[in-house]
Amino acid sequence: MRRSIGSGRFAPYLFVLPFIVSFLAFYLYPLVSTIIMSFQDILPGQTHFIGLLNYQRLKNPFMYTAIWNSFRYTVFTIAVLIPIPVLLAVMLNNPGNPANSVFRGALFIPTLVSVVVAGTIIRLLFAASPLAIVNSLLSPFGVKPMDWLVGNASSAMFLLVGMATWRWTGVNIVYFLSGLQNIPRELYEAASIDGASAWYKLFRVTIPLLKPTIIFVTTISVFGGFAMFEESYILWSGNSGGGSPNNVGLTMVGYIYLKGFQGGAMGLGSAIGLILLLIVFAVSLLQLNLFGFFKREEQ
Amino acid sequence: MRSLHTPVLRTQILLSVFFIILCLGFLFPIYALVLASFRPGRDLIRFGITAKTLVPKDLTLDFLVNLFTTKNGAYLVWFRNSMFIVIVQTSLSLLFCSMVGYGLGIYEFRGKKLILSLMLLVMMVPLQILILPLYRFLIAMKSMNTFQGIMFPFIVSPFAIFFFRQYVIGIPTDFIDAGRIDGLSEGGIYFRIMAPLMTPAFGAMAILGALQSWNNFLWPLIVMRTGNMFTIPVGLATLLTPYGNNYDMLISGSVMATIPIILIFFIFQRYFIAGLTTGGIKG
Repeated sequence: MRRSIGSGRFAPYLFVLPFIVSFLAFYLYPLVSTIIMSFQDILPGQTHFIGLLNYQRLKNPFMYTAIWNSFRYTVFTIAVLIPIPVLLAVMLNNPGNPANSVFRGALFIPTLVSVVVAGTIIRLLFAASPLAIVNSLLSPFGVKPMDWLVGNASSAMFLLVGMATWRWTGVNIVYFLSGLQNIPRELYEAASIDGASAWYKLFRVTIPLLKPTIIFVTTISVFGGFAMFEESYILWSGNSGGGSPNNVGLTMVGYIYLKGFQGGAMGLGSAIGLILLLIVFAVSLLQLNLFGFFKREEQ
Repeated sequence: MRSLHTPVLRTQILLSVFFIILCLGFLFPIYALVLASFRPGRDLIRFGITAKTLVPKDLTLDFLVNLFTTKNGAYLVWFRNSMFIVIVQTSLSLLFCSMVGYGLGIYEFRGKKLILSLMLLVMMVPLQILILPLYRFLIAMKSMNTFQGIMFPFIVSPFAIFFFRQYVIGIPTDFIDAGRIDGLSEGGIYFRIMAPLMTPAFGAMAILGALQSWNNFLWPLIVMRTGNMFTIPVGLATLLTPYGNNYDMLISGSVMATIPIILIFFIFQRYFIAGLTTGGIKG
């Protein structure tokens, strides 16, 4: 028994009291109330139960678009923001080079930029004018000046994923570097003695031993990806993606905002939120299963 | 020795060149933003950031003066609101989260397991789905458009609690026993002995908490209804319309919201990294 059992019987409860109060008022109460709201029609002054009607109302093309966009955005960001930061972290994981901490710091800086500022910069760099920097850099390669934001759906999705890549690569590198530091150096030395190539070491030593970190980063990326909204809000000026081509910027949280706040349909907004919750749970479980996370626990 | 040394050196030079180019690419948008603040907003609305914008020429600090005078000093009001929220929210969050983390790290008591699982549950629910019921709650509590409405729901963060708990578990219990022998109360032991020992943990969480609070957007967007209550991100977002001369204020305001944070990052880089890797916080 390492810890001394508290002499004061009530002291521990006083210490954890802030969490209990905050949990009851700001997590449990809203969670229960949003579940109830999802079965209600909420109008000023009169609220009544309407059964599953809100959920039935969600069988509409906008909801499907929102789910599809959130899903695609999540898949694309994970496809970019896992492998690239892993490789960069492996390359930076060399204490022999003092410049590496400078590189790590520089790549981390975009994380400090708020989503509003980041979106503003993206809008200005990818402006529709032929003189705007991205268009003018591409024109020598025969690419016609594009309206990146509202011109077509793929370039709009490209901007969303590009913005996420710019902002989060540095954070993920930091996560993977801390994971790499837990891999014993002897394993690499042993592999070197056996004449293993760099690729062999990467795929047979580094990546398998980095798995817990990869699972962690993938999990938070699933949550972050499905909850994306602010990026769309900024790129398309508060239209909840409504101003984006083919509604490509309309995400599930954007749809909550559109219906719940702008449209005043709080019951419907709650129903969207609960479907989002179920999807996130299902995807996380599926993902953890794919990685064999639960199997490892059993062993 | 030479034959072994040269290829290693060459790889290292190649890697360094690669990373220098990559870092320049990652820093380029911030460079572009800073230089854009020297250009007239009407040009930016029409052409975006152009090659001409990126050449440092005619750099004057007029934009800073204009920032604080346009729209009757609205930016100054947003800046003050943001500062106030960051300071109060971060201080309260440090106090409460460190207490809870300490309680969970030091004591054995009934219900501890339950509390730890509830914390995991909280982390599993995307906060975005709680925004609607919280909004209704604020209306019922008459706390819309107030500072407490912005701050209170998110002061106690399970991530920070876990971080403090991990840190406390690493501190030898001898200090606590010494405090008990000296006849200190449990609260006294925490505030007079343990809290000072947790300074590095406070540093890491202060930096990360302040950054999140400073950049927080969705919740302040919903709570704050009038211009005099806006935070910087909410205020800037209202300027993202292609009308009037809003872009002057938008760009210089963005620079002023970003550059101080980058300077702070360089001073406290170690704390940032420590906070991230142990606490597991994103965005």
